[in-house]
Amino acid sequence: MKKVTPNSLHSSGSAARNRIQRVGFLILLGATLLTVIPIFLIIGVIIVQGFQTITPEFIFGFPYNGMKSGGIWPAIVGTIYLILGTALFSVPLGIAASIYLAEYAPDNRITQIIRIAIITLAGIPSVVYGLFGLGLFVIAMKFGTSILAGALTLAIMNIPVIISTSEEALRTIPQAFRVTSISLGATKWQTIRRVILPQAQPGILTGVVLGLERAAGETAPILFTAAAFYLPRLPESPLDQTMALPYHLYVISTQVPGMPAGIQYGTALVLLILVLGMNLVATVIRSRVRARRQW
Amino acid sequence: MSVDKIIIQNFSLSYSDGTESLHNINLKIQANTITVFFGPAGGGKSTLLRAINRLNDLADVATRSGTILLAIANGSYLDIYDRKVDVIELRRRVGMVFARPVVLPLTIRGNLTYALEVKGEKNKKILDNAVERSLRQAALWDEAKDRLDEPAMALSGGQQQRLCLARSLVLEPEVILLDEPTSALDPISTSKVEATLQELKQDYTIVLVPHSIQQAARMADFAAFFLQGKLVESAPENTLFITPQDPKTRDYVEGRYG
Repeated sequence: MKKVTPNSLHSSGSAARNRIQRVGFLILLGATLLTVIPIFLIIGVIIVQGFQTITPEFIFGFPYNGMKSGGIWPAIVGTIYLILGTALFSVPLGIAASIYLAEYAPDNRITQIIRIAIITLAGIPSVVYGLFGLGLFVIAMKFGTSILAGALTLAIMNIPVIISTSEEALRTIPQAFRVTSISLGATKWQTIRRVILPQAQPGILTGVVLGLERAAGETAPILFTAAAFYLPRLPESPLDQTMALPYHLYVISTQVPGMPAGIQYGTALVLLILVLGMNLVATVIRSRVRARRQW
Repeated sequence: MSVDKIIIQNFSLSYSDGTESLHNINLKIQANTITVFFGPAGGGKSTLLRAINRLNDLADVATRSGTILLAIANGSYLDIYDRKVDVIELRRRVGMVFARPVVLPLTIRGNLTYALEVKGEKNKKILDNAVERSLRQAALWDEAKDRLDEPAMALSGGQQQRLCLARSLVLEPEVILLDEPTSALDPISTSKVEATLQELKQDYTIVLVPHSIQQAARMADFAAFFLQGKLVESAPENTLFITPQDPKTRDYVEGRYG
């Protein structure tokens, strides 16, 4: 009788199969690297070129000498105001709308139209939002070029993002929790507030922060609605114009001849730190919430 | 002697997607007994169970006709599908336990006090008493008393199901509906739950969809056999399992189908 050795399990096709395996693996690895490498390059170049510029005077100083000297404090403060304003208008509205869509809305034609509208809104180019904000908030509602008009414009751009991510977070909560809560005599709203929202909170928070990050970095929507080219003082009211980091970066990179590269990279780095910092805060809050979870 | 706790009259129901429905069900459920709904899957047992506390309101019901009456004080009956009925209050009187134990993402204590809290109860003493009483009734007190503030999800499957049972007892309902409460449990946990139910029928009216025909025979004070949305026959105790009248019941009990 022929003896079966482990070797006899290796058919002649195995070498070819292994090769295909390896090629497939390399393609997938390559695709991953291709997406990751540029991110590290961008961040790396900005850090290397910009970190020497970042001094207390640069961060807390006011620009002078045609913005070629001094700091970017008005732009930092302006961006923070814009983010806060955007959050104020878009977060409550977006979360409320997502609760309606996920928990209450009947599955009918009107709801479908609303959904399509939200997806469409999320895909509209940001410059179109900027022109819309110019027409509605700046001119028709007479807010002028102001933090208020800019924040409202960014909020409108941000709302579809918050609605989509929050609705998704709500929908991942198992239906069994809702049925159980209702069977214990809870109302629908009690179920949402006591069971569904606490569960969905980390997901909603992620969506909110992603949306606000995007809003913080956008230039086009504030171009016509809020941003000042050069304003060497801090805004005093929501109806004031303001400098803002993304627009300031655009200005000093393209509109001012002879601008030192260090200031350009420094400004980019500050914007990057601001956005990544928000991300970090969200991650910390999220993991804290998870740790506090009682299940 | 015995009172009809629930009277189901000419009750029919269908879902919009055409799945499991009920055809003209007539049945009386006596107080302080265990009534068993049994039969093959898709026969309408769960649907009828969920109709009794109107949990079907959450599902996509296409048509419904007939009445379900629930005995309330001094011999009068409440039509639970009457427009004036407070559904929340109905569900407080008619508790439910599901096949898979669904503990809410709260502590053990939080699961038990939930039904009272949504009702507006804040008195800590009342809440604590309810926790202890319900856990004792569900035979879980000894295992859970030292870990009330741990996440309920840390309990084992059998403990979770007894927690769900305890949770349905917190409001001291009049009726408890159990939809295959032991289907996810091991034999030891199952016998604990069964023993608990036998105790509980002193104070409650119990409607049980058993997870096996053996359990149906063990538990039934009264049994009803459902097949394809129809109530084939019903009889006290284990009559249906020994001398069924209808050939369909006999074939099912003898294991020829299902």
